[in-house]
Amino acid sequence: MATFGNLSDRLAETFKNLRTKGKLSAADVDGTVREIRRALLDADVALEVVKDFTGKVRERALGDEVSKALNPAQQVVKIVNEELVEILGGQQRRLEFAKKPPTIIMLAGLQGAGKTTLAGKLAKWLVKDGHTPILVAADLQRPNAVTQLEVVGAQAGVPVYAPEPGNGVGNPVKVARDGVKFAQQKMHDVVIVDTAGRLGVDAEMMKQAADIRKAIDPDEVLFVIDAMIGQDAVATAKAFQDGVDFTGVVLSKLDGDARGGAALSVASITGRPIMFASTGESLDDFEPFHPDRMASRILDLGDILTLIEQAQGAFDEDEARKMAEKFSTDSFTLDDFLGQMQQLRNMGSIKKMMSMLPGAGAMKQQLENFDEREIVRTEAIIQSMTKAERTTPKLLNGSRRLRIARGAGSTVTEVNQLVSRFEQAAKMMKTVAKGGMPNIPGMGPVPGGMGGGGRGKPQPKKKGSKSGNPAKRAAENLALASGEKAALPPGAGGGTGFGLGGSKKAGGPTEDEMAALQKMLGR
Amino acid sequence: MAERTPWSLSGALRGMFAKKTIDAETWDDLEDALIQADFGPSITDAIVSELRAKVARYNTTDPTDLQRMLREGLEERLSTLDSTLNLSARPAVVLVVGVNGVGKTTTIGKFAKFLRTYDRSVLIGAADTFRAAAVEQLATWAERAGADIVRPQAHGQDPASVAFQTVERAMKDGTEIVIIDTAGRLQTKGGLMDELTKIRKVIEKQTPIAEVLLVLDATTGQNGLAQAEAFIQHAGVTGLVLTKLDGSAKGGFVLAVQEKTGIPIKLVGQGEGINDLTGFTPHVFAQKLVG
Repeated sequence: MATFGNLSDRLAETFKNLRTKGKLSAADVDGTVREIRRALLDADVALEVVKDFTGKVRERALGDEVSKALNPAQQVVKIVNEELVEILGGQQRRLEFAKKPPTIIMLAGLQGAGKTTLAGKLAKWLVKDGHTPILVAADLQRPNAVTQLEVVGAQAGVPVYAPEPGNGVGNPVKVARDGVKFAQQKMHDVVIVDTAGRLGVDAEMMKQAADIRKAIDPDEVLFVIDAMIGQDAVATAKAFQDGVDFTGVVLSKLDGDARGGAALSVASITGRPIMFASTGESLDDFEPFHPDRMASRILDLGDILTLIEQAQGAFDEDEARKMAEKFSTDSFTLDDFLGQMQQLRNMGSIKKMMSMLPGAGAMKQQLENFDEREIVRTEAIIQSMTKAERTTPKLLNGSRRLRIARGAGSTVTEVNQLVSRFEQAAKMMKTVAKGGMPNIPGMGPVPGGMGGGGRGKPQPKKKGSKSGNPAKRAAENLALASGEKAALPPGAGGGTGFGLGGSKKAGGPTEDEMAALQKMLGR
Repeated sequence: MAERTPWSLSGALRGMFAKKTIDAETWDDLEDALIQADFGPSITDAIVSELRAKVARYNTTDPTDLQRMLREGLEERLSTLDSTLNLSARPAVVLVVGVNGVGKTTTIGKFAKFLRTYDRSVLIGAADTFRAAAVEQLATWAERAGADIVRPQAHGQDPASVAFQTVERAMKDGTEIVIIDTAGRLQTKGGLMDELTKIRKVIEKQTPIAEVLLVLDATTGQNGLAQAEAFIQHAGVTGLVLTKLDGSAKGGFVLAVQEKTGIPIKLVGQGEGINDLTGFTPHVFAQKLVG
């Protein structure tokens, strides 16, 4: 779900310039604010929201908290992030169920926003949660909307109350009211009322929606809005707020590449929380919306929380501790190296995981080229070694390497590369374990106190990057450690992120992941 | 029907054109108005600096001059491409594509009616075999428009085969115009976009395609450009249809689409009634937009 991918790219570009600076001048701030403004406008965030937002960011960026901060650029990133989270609704809200069933949920929105499909998704999601929803077909306007709801209901395995054929025949207010009564009789605990799409400027249709609302007194009114909507999001959201006064927002079609600025606009203008995100055509493509995570995504901090959750599922904490000990006691062997790799593979597709990592937005291209089979090849090489060789890589002389290469179906060159990569990794890990946590670029200002600690710690001298910027230096060192033999060619990845660099080398991501994970898992 | 806000920038612009002279505030207001009409920051910058240059050249301070220049400037930009539909082939096959929920099916209904009023025989192919009840929705429209329809034999049938059968029948019966509906698809779904390419190829085996119309929703923001680019690449779009202009959205992004891709806007949809579809005329469009 690369929802805000493009906005992330834009802001990442903006901040790349900032990151290299030690101090921020007023002119720097203005330039950055201008870039943020443009990025947000390109992302279809409503103009008034943009103005408000950039105003706040500018004010705070010029204040004390930035000029006194150790790294002003990161501070600006943090401010932007905080403001984004605040606008997006700060906290996530869940559906409120009525004390006395049935809970009534009404759907409203523009034509083509995806209400009918959403009704099915919501119903299916509720069934999974142990509810017994019923759908009410109160869209009697659009040709065959009723039929569509019936089909969707059947797919979700949920009954549909559709007394009227639709196509302009029947009174939606009456259908909605009868639907609720019907649900009470049949003991359904949730009623989802699908209404016709309407334009915010269509007073008559808005009145009808208000009438439906009055007739059924819903517990939740969900406003369904297309993530692709432009500046009109403001006018539409306002019209619906005045007309039916919705209680929550559902963002649909988030699986496209729309920048989704509408999310910011609607949340900011109406103050209503975005509760769900609809992310595909199948009825299962539906999830609660996470404002805090989404903000990090916009800032290209990656969806770190999701990553941690996934990692914790697959990664044994004890195992990780043991590993950390090994790093510090210098007993890190090729076996451990292999073990790490295998554990990481348990976490699912590496590509998918990496796309959640900070800085990944800037190297989408490289991610595309990354070949997961490299890991399999590395595994083959290590598995072709004897026990003794794995614990003491120094044993590996020319003839042993030839034997291993034959056994693994690869070449001596590849074996050589693996060994030198391992040595660098071991060296790097040792530094890490002794307390010199290298910074992962972009992660410094992660909210929740996850980052920031590692800046300025001594870096390994050998082969280290000469970059003057600590974050960048860390990145380049990481890149070195993770499999790039010599200094990276400029532009190949040195500055782009957490050292995926050429990314053809299999070990690449694993050490970075490890470093990140070590940090995350209780250290 | 209750009173509607007119589809126009005039509300946003009224204040600035009512003033006596052009000042710094005028430019800010103009920029805001254009951005709020979804023209996007780049086009907005271009238009504003062009107007600034013109105002300086003609040495005017009268806001009404500015208004006229804006109108003419937009009209000029919009009319660089030929917006006539090319339907002279027999049968003239029109393929209608777009993302989900932009109003493809409704547009087809209205377009069929539009053609029927000129007494053209029309056959509609319901190749949206994916969305629930899409075929029924289209059938209702076809009936209202007085056009024939070819339905898929089974739910989930390959859309390309429906398209093929439609064209085949039109050639046999001598129907003049064939309109083919397709399922809405987001431009990021590679597999679905390839399916479009396939539909196109299958039709072209029998007869060349006269028009591929991409339907764009006026409420869409800057993502419209990404949509257009992807659909042009996979479906060979020849014309744009802008729908939902009866709302408060201005659809300014189509200017960017037209300029970046060189594909003209050919039709505009302005309501849910069957007669609410008209050909695109840059003059009227600019006039209505600017006032």
